[in-house]
Amino acid sequence: MRAGEESGDRADADRASTRWPARLHVITGKGGTGKTTVAAALALALASGGRRTLLVEVESRQGIAQLFGTDPLPYEERSIATARGGGEVRALAVDSEEALLEYLDMFYKLGAAGRALRKLGAIDFATTIAPGLRDVLLTGKVKEATTRTADKRRVYDAVVLDAPPTGRIGRFLNVTAETARLAKVGPIKTQSEGVAALLRSPMTAVHVVTLLEEMPVQETIDAIGDLNGLRIPVGRLILNATRPPLLAGKITQAELRRGLAAAGLPTDRTTVAGLHAEARDQLVRRDLEESLRADLVELGLPLVELPLLAEGVDRTGLDLIADTLLATD
Amino acid sequence: MRPDHPAPELDIDQILADPGVRIVVCCGSGGVGKTTTAAALALRAAERHGRRTVVLTIDPARRLAQSLGLNELDNTPRQVKGIDVETSGGELHAMMLDMKRTFDDVVLAHTDPAKAAEIFANPFYQAMSSTFAGTQEYMAMEKLGQLHARGEWDLIVVDTPPSRSALDFLDAPARLSRFLDGRMLRLLLAPARSGGRSMFSLVTASFGMFSRVVQKVLGAQLLTDLSGFVAALDSMFGGFRQRAEQTYRVLQARETAFLLVAVPEPDAVREAAYFAGRLGQERMPLAGLVLNRVHRPAVERPTAAESLAAAERLVELGGHEATVETLLAHAALTQQAARERRVARVFTDAFPAVPTVAVTAQPADVHDVDGLRTIGAAISRR
Ligand SMILES: Nc1ncnc2c1ncn2[C@@H]1O[C@H](COP(=O)(O)OP(=O)(O)OP(=O)(O)O)[C@@H](O)[C@H]1O
Ligand SMILES: Nc1ncnc2c1ncn2[C@@H]1O[C@H](COP(=O)(O)OP(=O)(O)OP(=O)(O)O)[C@@H](O)[C@H]1O
Ligand SMILES: [Mg+2]
Ligand SMILES: [Mg+2]
Repeated sequence: MRAGEESGDRADADRASTRWPARLHVITGKGGTGKTTVAAALALALASGGRRTLLVEVESRQGIAQLFGTDPLPYEERSIATARGGGEVRALAVDSEEALLEYLDMFYKLGAAGRALRKLGAIDFATTIAPGLRDVLLTGKVKEATTRTADKRRVYDAVVLDAPPTGRIGRFLNVTAETARLAKVGPIKTQSEGVAALLRSPMTAVHVVTLLEEMPVQETIDAIGDLNGLRIPVGRLILNATRPPLLAGKITQAELRRGLAAAGLPTDRTTVAGLHAEARDQLVRRDLEESLRADLVELGLPLVELPLLAEGVDRTGLDLIADTLLATD
Repeated sequence: MRPDHPAPELDIDQILADPGVRIVVCCGSGGVGKTTTAAALALRAAERHGRRTVVLTIDPARRLAQSLGLNELDNTPRQVKGIDVETSGGELHAMMLDMKRTFDDVVLAHTDPAKAAEIFANPFYQAMSSTFAGTQEYMAMEKLGQLHARGEWDLIVVDTPPSRSALDFLDAPARLSRFLDGRMLRLLLAPARSGGRSMFSLVTASFGMFSRVVQKVLGAQLLTDLSGFVAALDSMFGGFRQRAEQTYRVLQARETAFLLVAVPEPDAVREAAYFAGRLGQERMPLAGLVLNRVHRPAVERPTAAESLAAAERLVELGGHEATVETLLAHAALTQQAARERRVARVFTDAFPAVPTVAVTAQPADVHDVDGLRTIGAAISRR
């Protein structure tokens, strides 16, 4: 490797840790705004320069496997991609049943009885009847990975969590309150207190992904209110799939007719009126987007803008988003 | 040129005007426009077709709720004022589903006040009535059943909960009632009872172990609460299942019309296709597909290629900046429309007989009665 490249890698690693200082990055946002995409791109970005990151999903949807085009992920940390400069992204799909069995095994030897319970649906039952219990198990696993060390070094430079959507994020992260309702004593309670402490520390940052559309922006504002109320630190607002405005300003029909004539295009009334109406709609849209952007800016959080990828999200697109995330100040 | 839709065109006015149609259910994956469509159709049924209509909305956007006069969540329909029903003589009533309150009402209807109070105080009931995945779907069904039983309306338009998968609306109620009905609860309540047959011996042994583990990990109080919950609900198990089954049958009847809502994106269209398949299996009547938020250029010519070439010529000539931008925007819109048509074809190819209508994306969100009228008119292609 040439010297220049090496120092480039170091620069990447430095940028990753100064611009995204937390160790645990929680990505939320309204459904469909790009949480999984952004989480994957951030895991790639933070792995650049020879670092190692873990990308975690918790909703049993295999969104990561779909995105990277791999077989469904097991409940096991697997290498899923390499980043620039020899970095590595590993992925994990946390399954609440597996997490419960693993957890119980730490305290009791269940063996065959554990499997029998599972077959019967008892584990599913236990995690379904008490959603708070499920969330503690999921966040507990994330905490374990975030703080895990080997040879006195952290195993992961950063952990990125593809989290539940804005509507459920407050409840998901507010683990102590949810378990306190059900478990008043015991190891689960202790575990939830550990998770709560991590989530409220500077080691964690929750980033909210949104689009320039009314409902996602409204949900973003609501979620930030919820998180502030829970004293969980909010990191950045991530404005996904943005497009540069196509039109600078108004155009009159007369102007348009002259332009079309100069270009040698038909200037009949239907064509002129049609194109004029399209331009007008574009401007309405642009004004709306401007006002939504202003609402977001008012929240006073650092804002990152990611471009709309016209061809959809493939590996090249993910790398492009990763670079944008790293280049952010 | 290929027509927009090789599929037959959906005639929504015929459905809304048909006195034999008493229920319209709007389904689809998250964020596609179910609530907007439901409200727009209910408004149209009242204004144009003179029907006494009620719309059951679920989590409507705040501003839409306000413009329907839904400021309070009292779980009963309220008449919407200030709409244009003078000539038609119709009425529009609207309500927002309150999931917890609907659950409470079911409990109250099945048991005496003392027992109900005990259930309401149980932490498991509290967790379940507000957070159980599927409770919202179940309660939407329950509320539909109640509205239908009252027989007060010519037409009930139902919105469905914002779940990822449209199928949840059909599956979640059954899952919940199976769960409430379930062997699991009974086992947990009285493991000894099911130990009769030998097959169960390992199960029962594990179960005793399970309760011991649960006791240690979660504390004994939790099991007591859980048993209390199960015991208190015991008398209602049959009721839950029966009601869900009843509503399910109503959904299969000829008086019901399902409308699928989708946007021209791969995930939404795939979901719509799954759902259409499922409705067929369940023998539930699918009336059509509303392809919402589609983009269509106002004029077919110039084509995208012609627009781009013309824009290039103008740039060379100099001047005419605004026309250049307009042409580039037109080219982008035309290309997007073509992409969307390709995506939608996944559905129409799989279900060529399902009537379809495309609704253009409005430049801004829909949150007032005028906006709903525009959507209603677009769905009926008028
Ligand atoms: N910047 C972008 N440009 C183009 N397409 C994008 C962009 N970001 C996301 N998408 C696409 O949008 C869709 C939704 O993205 P994604 O799955 O990441 O969202 P999500 O928030 O995780 O959704 P869900 O709530 O369903 O989990 C996907 O098809 C994805 O490829
Ligand atoms: N044809 C349309 N043009 C422009 N905006 C639309 C159109 N249809 C719906 N919308 C807007 O899209 C957003 C989502 O619509 P709506 O709330 O009806 O979807 P939904 O399917 O009910 O969503 P959820 O699954 O979250 O309940 C709303 O802000 C609505 O105003
Ligand atoms: Mg996702
Ligand atoms: Mg809705």
